Formats: sequence, structure tokens, C-alpha cells
Amino acid sequence: MAINVWKYASPQTFYPLAGRLVPWFFALAAVLAVTGLYIGFFVAPTDFQQGDSYRIIFIHVPAAWMSMFLYMVMAGWCAVGMIFNTRLSFMMALAVAPTGAMFTFIALWTGSLWGKPTWGTWWVWDARLTSELILLFLYIGFMSLHAAIDDVRRADRAAGLLALVGAINVPIIYFSVKWWNTLHQGASVSLSRSPSMAATMLTAMLLMSLAVWMYAIAVSLLRVRAIILERESGSDWARELRSAAA
Amino acid sequence: MNWGSAQAFFAMGGYAVYVWGAYGVAAACILLELWALRRRRRTVERDLSLREADRNPDGSSGQT
Repeated sequence: MAINVWKYASPQTFYPLAGRLVPWFFALAAVLAVTGLYIGFFVAPTDFQQGDSYRIIFIHVPAAWMSMFLYMVMAGWCAVGMIFNTRLSFMMALAVAPTGAMFTFIALWTGSLWGKPTWGTWWVWDARLTSELILLFLYIGFMSLHAAIDDVRRADRAAGLLALVGAINVPIIYFSVKWWNTLHQGASVSLSRSPSMAATMLTAMLLMSLAVWMYAIAVSLLRVRAIILERESGSDWARELRSAAA
Repeated sequence: MNWGSAQAFFAMGGYAVYVWGAYGVAAACILLELWALRRRRRTVERDLSLREADRNPDGSSGQT
């Protein structure tokens, strides 16, 4: 049973596949989010130091992880597009960018609302916060640069280059709490040691992380379908798709 | 169960503004993104229909 993966590198064959996958990822996201929020708000106990303000963690950490992960996905697709010259790769990168920017904003916003009661300030220019803000500007820069160039192929390459150069920022964000003295706390969850938080809190946070992950996949697939139609609107198959699926 | 009453739940131990401010804006962002995506989809579909109409000026395409 050999499935030809390359077949799906063509927008024409990928379009219907993406359409079939979307509802499943949305459903998974919804189930995981409801379960995660239930455990986060009703099962996980109140923190003895931070009170209930810590419950922001269940959206803050998943959003922050997703902001970095989606950037790597976006840069990865740009790299694939530049190496193999595949049209779909840049469309995938473009489809991921707005969702990545949104999660970056959510991470910054929720972090600010968490910082005020725990640190006494909405914002500090420390390494973690500043590099995350730069991530938001990189997402916005990527989308603006692409939108500013009329020739799509040139726009793909220029924005792709920006995405690849900007990828250096992601490890900087991740390790910033180790490399510099920051107000932001270090990682509570890492691969190399057991997590330093209560099991119910950790469960809720991981469920919410999976939920935002599934949501990001669903939304990106929806968006890439719109982008495929936009870009291929001159071709016969796009018109036929439109007629058949309308 | 953490909360004695609905009021206690919404009060979030005095951190209501911060906790609900965080979740509220996150939910709003997600709704906004879905709404924007729906609009984008509609726009491209309309655009495709218009092109179709251009190709078949006599209206024989079956599209409206």
C-alpha cells in the first residue's frame, strides 16, 4: 500500500484532501479545549502563591509554544519552496502566518495580564518579552512584504528569505530565560527533566496545547484552500472545483 | 470542585479582570480569525463566479 506523497504536492490534488481533513481537526480541537478548560478551571487547585491568576497559564503557554512552532513550520515551508520550487509550499507558509501572528499576540496579551498581578507590571523590556515581540513583527513583516510585491513568484522568494533569516529569533526566544537574567520564569516543562508543576495543572496545559495545535492545523488548511483558489483562479480546474463544490 | 458558587467562579479569587481578560481576548481573536477567513473565502468564490460569467456572457454557465 504505497501512497504517493508527492501527488499531494500539487495544489489541485491537495485542495480536496485539505477540505476533508478540516472538520476532523476542528472537532479534535473542540473536544481537547473543552476537556482542557474543564480540568484547568474545575479540577486543578488554586495555586498557593499566585491564587487563581495562574489559570492564565492554560492559554498563555499553549499560545506561546504555538507562536514559536508555527514560525518554524512557516520557515520550513519557505525553505522547501525555495529548494524544490514547489508552488504549494509557499501557499502553506502564507496560510500559517496569520495564525502564527495571532498566537504571538495572544501570548503577549495574556502574558501582560499575568504579569500585572504577579510581577506588578504589564511589560518589561527583558529578553523573553522583547524577543517574543520581535516574533510578532517578523510575522507582520513576512505578510506585509509578500503583499507589497505584485509578482507572486518574487513575493514568495523575498518573503521566504525574510522568514528564513528571522528563524534565528525562535531559539533566542526559547533559550532567552537561560541566557539572560529575565523577569520571566524559566521553563516548567522540558524534555530533559520531570515538570515542576502539579499533575492536574500539567494535564490541562498539555490538553490545551494539543487543542491549539489542532485548531492551527484546521485553520491553516482552510486558509490554504482559499489561497489555492485565489492563485489558481485562472485555471480550469479551479473553476470546475468552484462549480462542483458550490 | 474548586468553586462554592457561580459568583466565586466568575470572581476568580479576585483576579477576574486578568483571567477573563486573557481568555476573552483569546476567544475574540479566534472568532475574528474565523470570520476573516470566511470573508476571504466568499470573496474568492465571488471572484471565480465573475470570471465564469465573463467567459460565458450569454449566461449559459449555470452560475448565478
